[in-house]
Amino acid sequence: MVDVSLDRRELLPKILPSYSEYLIVSGLAGASRDAAALTSEGDNLFTMGGAMGAAVSIGLGMALCAPDKKIAVITGDGELMMNIGSLATVASAAPQNLSIICIDNGQHGETGGQKGHTAERTDLELMAQGAGIPATLTISRPDELEAAARFLTESPAPRFLWARVLPGPPSDWKRNWNLADCRTRFRDAVLRGSGG
Amino acid sequence: MTESKEPRWAQNLFAQLVEGGVSLFTHVPDAGNAALIRLAQQNNKTSAVLLSAEEEGVGICAGADLVGGRSVVCMQSSGVGNCVNHLSLVKGGRFPVFLIVTMRGDYGEMNPWQYPMGQAVDAVLDAMGLMIFRVDSEEALEAATRAALSACFRGGQGVALVLSQRFLGTKAF
Repeated sequence: MVDVSLDRRELLPKILPSYSEYLIVSGLAGASRDAAALTSEGDNLFTMGGAMGAAVSIGLGMALCAPDKKIAVITGDGELMMNIGSLATVASAAPQNLSIICIDNGQHGETGGQKGHTAERTDLELMAQGAGIPATLTISRPDELEAAARFLTESPAPRFLWARVLPGPPSDWKRNWNLADCRTRFRDAVLRGSGG
Repeated sequence: MTESKEPRWAQNLFAQLVEGGVSLFTHVPDAGNAALIRLAQQNNKTSAVLLSAEEEGVGICAGADLVGGRSVVCMQSSGVGNCVNHLSLVKGGRFPVFLIVTMRGDYGEMNPWQYPMGQAVDAVLDAMGLMIFRVDSEEALEAATRAALSACFRGGQGVALVLSQRFLGTKAF
């Protein structure tokens, strides 16, 4: 078994200190709570609460239509597994401005902590490599956070970071669940020219 | 328009979509959308994006919209079934999702596997709140496309331009 000692609440502030330079989409549940806490639910973040499996695709749509912006997808292992084929779509489309961060706690945290595939045999870095993503990295310890931050700025895109974290709670942030409001807020900010 | 060997209807449809601001043509390959996708690959203002599954195209429509872009998803009717939960983005978020559906399991189909999903297309799209613009003839295509573009990108509706087998013909095995 891999030695996992990473607290998810410490992950994003350390690996994305320049979060305000990105446009971010976050997958449902813990990933969105962590992303909302990171940005204080900023205008450059679109959080999801459903349409499970769509986070990578939404990020890809942003990346292809805004090639001069930096795009980050922050998602969980359950969300990513539901549409793992989207990694092949990203690899083929090969956007030069897309980073995918998977916060993997090895379980479905929102529904009671039921074990996921990555708690067993599934290796998401190998799956990303197999899909054809040119740069991949796995971390599971606090002393690897600095290398992960460098990876996100220096490795060739599209890039995939697999962050294996302890099964503790995500950040405590009550976010806006109205997706029409979230769409309008994010889109207006982009069209005004702020963020990313 | 440059000389192209593609069918006239596909050239016209492509030109209308580009005129309507569409730059991304996401797709799962189908005989019915092949010409449209070739046109998108050849044009330097548009990109054709190959999907693993149709629902990804719905997410890409949403992502494009979030940064001010416009995308369509081209699929065979069987793909409509794969999209259902992602279509929550339409009713819930008022995202302008534009599907181009080439029908199977419709008029004159020979493959029994195609009928269950083909015959459920309208009910599924309707249940998820998309407007359906069904095209049964080449003559009807231009007006339907214009209406669908308007409803989607100006009116904020999810739309499906459904090209029937009465229009496209049936696949011969």
